[in-house]
Amino acid sequence: MHRRITGLTALLVALPLTAAWAGTYDLTIGKTQTDVTGKPKTVLTINGTVPGPTLHFKEGEEVTINVTNTLDVDTSLHWHGLVLPYRQDGVPGISFDGIEPGETFTYRFPIRQSGTYWFHSHTGFQEQEGMYGSIVIDPKTPENFSYDRDYVVVLSDMHNDSGQTILHNLKKSSDYYNRDQRTVGDFLSDIRQDGLGATLRDRADWGDMRMMPTDIADVSGYTLLINGRNADQNWTGLFKPGERIRLRFINASAMTYFDVRIPGLKMQVVQADGNEVDPVAVDAFRIAVAETYDVIVEPKDKRAYTVFAEAMSRSGYARATLAPRKGMEAAIPPMSPRPQLTMADMGMAHRGMDHDAMGRVMDSDAMAHDGQPGAMQPKAGMDHAAMGHAMPGHDMPDTDKPSDPFYAPGSGLTPKAPNGGKFLSYDDLKAARPLYEDRPSTREIELRLTGNMERYFWSINGVKYSDAKPIRLRYGERVRFKFVNETMMTHPMHLHGMWSILDTGKGRWDPIKHVVSIAPGKTVYTETEVDAPGEWAFHCHLMYHMGTGMFRKIIVEGGPSQQAALRTKENEE
Amino acid sequence: MKYLSLVLAAGFLMAALPAQAEMSDDDVFAALFVNRLEYRVQPGGDMAVAEGQLRIGNDEHKLVGKADIDYLISSGRYEKAEFQLRYQRMVSDFFDLHIGVRQDLKPSPNRTYAVIGASGLAPQWFEIDASAFVSEKGDLSLRLDADYDILITQRLVLQPALTLDAALSDDRDTDIAAGLTSLETGLRLRYEIEREFAPYIGVNWERKLGATSSLVRTSGEDPDILSFVAGVRLMF
Repeated sequence: MHRRITGLTALLVALPLTAAWAGTYDLTIGKTQTDVTGKPKTVLTINGTVPGPTLHFKEGEEVTINVTNTLDVDTSLHWHGLVLPYRQDGVPGISFDGIEPGETFTYRFPIRQSGTYWFHSHTGFQEQEGMYGSIVIDPKTPENFSYDRDYVVVLSDMHNDSGQTILHNLKKSSDYYNRDQRTVGDFLSDIRQDGLGATLRDRADWGDMRMMPTDIADVSGYTLLINGRNADQNWTGLFKPGERIRLRFINASAMTYFDVRIPGLKMQVVQADGNEVDPVAVDAFRIAVAETYDVIVEPKDKRAYTVFAEAMSRSGYARATLAPRKGMEAAIPPMSPRPQLTMADMGMAHRGMDHDAMGRVMDSDAMAHDGQPGAMQPKAGMDHAAMGHAMPGHDMPDTDKPSDPFYAPGSGLTPKAPNGGKFLSYDDLKAARPLYEDRPSTREIELRLTGNMERYFWSINGVKYSDAKPIRLRYGERVRFKFVNETMMTHPMHLHGMWSILDTGKGRWDPIKHVVSIAPGKTVYTETEVDAPGEWAFHCHLMYHMGTGMFRKIIVEGGPSQQAALRTKENEE
Repeated sequence: MKYLSLVLAAGFLMAALPAQAEMSDDDVFAALFVNRLEYRVQPGGDMAVAEGQLRIGNDEHKLVGKADIDYLISSGRYEKAEFQLRYQRMVSDFFDLHIGVRQDLKPSPNRTYAVIGASGLAPQWFEIDASAFVSEKGDLSLRLDADYDILITQRLVLQPALTLDAALSDDRDTDIAAGLTSLETGLRLRYEIEREFAPYIGVNWERKLGATSSLVRTSGEDPDILSFVAGVRLMF
């Protein structure tokens, strides 16, 4: 990778008084062998490594990125979270045709933001095979926090089975990768604990739905990595005691949500999805697939600390170390208990079923959240009349537990810090630098997150991508998206090209994200200022949910179309 | 009838397979399930049994070929050789409807049937396949297949299974009398070394029912057979 400043480009893009940077970056897509999963495996690389390089941009820079495909199949790179002309977004079939074998494709776009982002292939299952890297953008105006050291921490998952094999296995048998199913032994121990009647009722309820409370992740068997290293290889970041270290966490996984903690250290969350938030001190946070969180830690002691990232399903963990010198290690904590879904997580999922006790119970927004005023409450006359009746005798919300309004009350997935400390919630995120004025949305679009676990396909409003019409938005409007998760899985929904302002009831100070994770049985609202003309992808970022249909094309009509057309033309030349 | 069904099935399948360049959400997958490949120790001579199905299709539409073969090892003859070709279409989250043809090469005389029915996962995790058959002679018969997996551990699975056959009219040539005709139940304990490869042992009990029982007895066969089985379940 090289960078140079080309005066001509600088002149072209710079307004008279601002000097713009222009950098050129060369990326080559190739293959290499690895045994990081414990077995020999061919992985895809960007500039020879997994993960690929960290691209350092500057806010205001005009970047040129030459991507050379040395594979024998098509590829692509998508700049995740970057706001750019849609032809530069890198989604084959929507923004461009993809990059053919032997071809060098040149991306050109201005950098109009700062923070931590990442990039990855948007072709087939290439991302899971290793095609991802990080992006660090220096801000024009200094951030509200300081630090002495800066590390990128890329979390990812790698599987011995190819993406195509995994999908095929899931289609043959949707529980192919679930080796955490409930057994006769669990049945007996549940009887001892809860009594025969309650256990039989519980089994009957789940059996009626033909779903499993242990079904937290669709695919197991991943080796979990930090910066391309497995837990034994132990990626290590050095520090001097007393330094403030910025850790830029990026979840580049195909399917894995991580719960992250560093025993012995508080983490100050300072950015979410590249956007600054008012600092929140936490002991642990959950990072959805494709999200980023920047945290500051301040190790005072001259000792090693373990960065511990366990899969939400507890199928394994990734581990790294912060240490005063190479080779030092700290204890690896035990994984916390494996979550089990409750009836609350099944919430709205089965409205059509004869489950009288459940009814519409779980429109959990309607449940009061004292002390969290306005959390999740629709702003203007939305239907939150569906105030549920709590489900008698079934997994009622435990009042001792700190509740997170972004999980259904009584959810088995609500995270808890193992040391009893603070676990980050979306509700804690408050934008430090709002990008937009707060204004009423012009309309609401409901997106029910749907799917068929047994046949293994996923959809939006019951329709797969290949059967769906694009969602049409008008340039200049502010759209309110209502996500209703009717499935039992958690979905990290990613809108390309435009920001998703997550409604946490803070109005102008609502956090600005590119991925919003929607827990089972939950309804979550986001708002988007439609300020990017063109055609964009909008999808669940879980690889096999996206790949089997939980995906939409968004078309933004109107706006400065001439400008967009010009830019398109320029790039095609 | 037979050929018409085949053509219909093929036609439905072709119509269901549009190409979608960038997404795999409408891909066609093929999978072979050999549910039983087993040796049966039983009075009157040991038997080899193969039963499975090949599925080709996308989420909504599938072409399914089924085979169910019983081979009497001692006498070197096939006791049963039943084949079905079905078009299966998704009609609900958990169920498919199917139409197709069934060809019995054994027992003699051969019979060809039209098939209609439903299959899927019923509440409480019962795998169900219910079919109605009309033979070329116009005889109507019904069949229900059901099985259930009890997980002793994540890999050790006990599977009770049941097949119940009924006929609405007599077909004397094949020893079938109207009414419930036969009940086959089994209990198999498998160990999933891989999902694709699971050896098992178990018992199987096949009993002819009602008037069919007497017909079979008259033909010199045993209407009540208990066997011990050992075999393997495969998936490709």
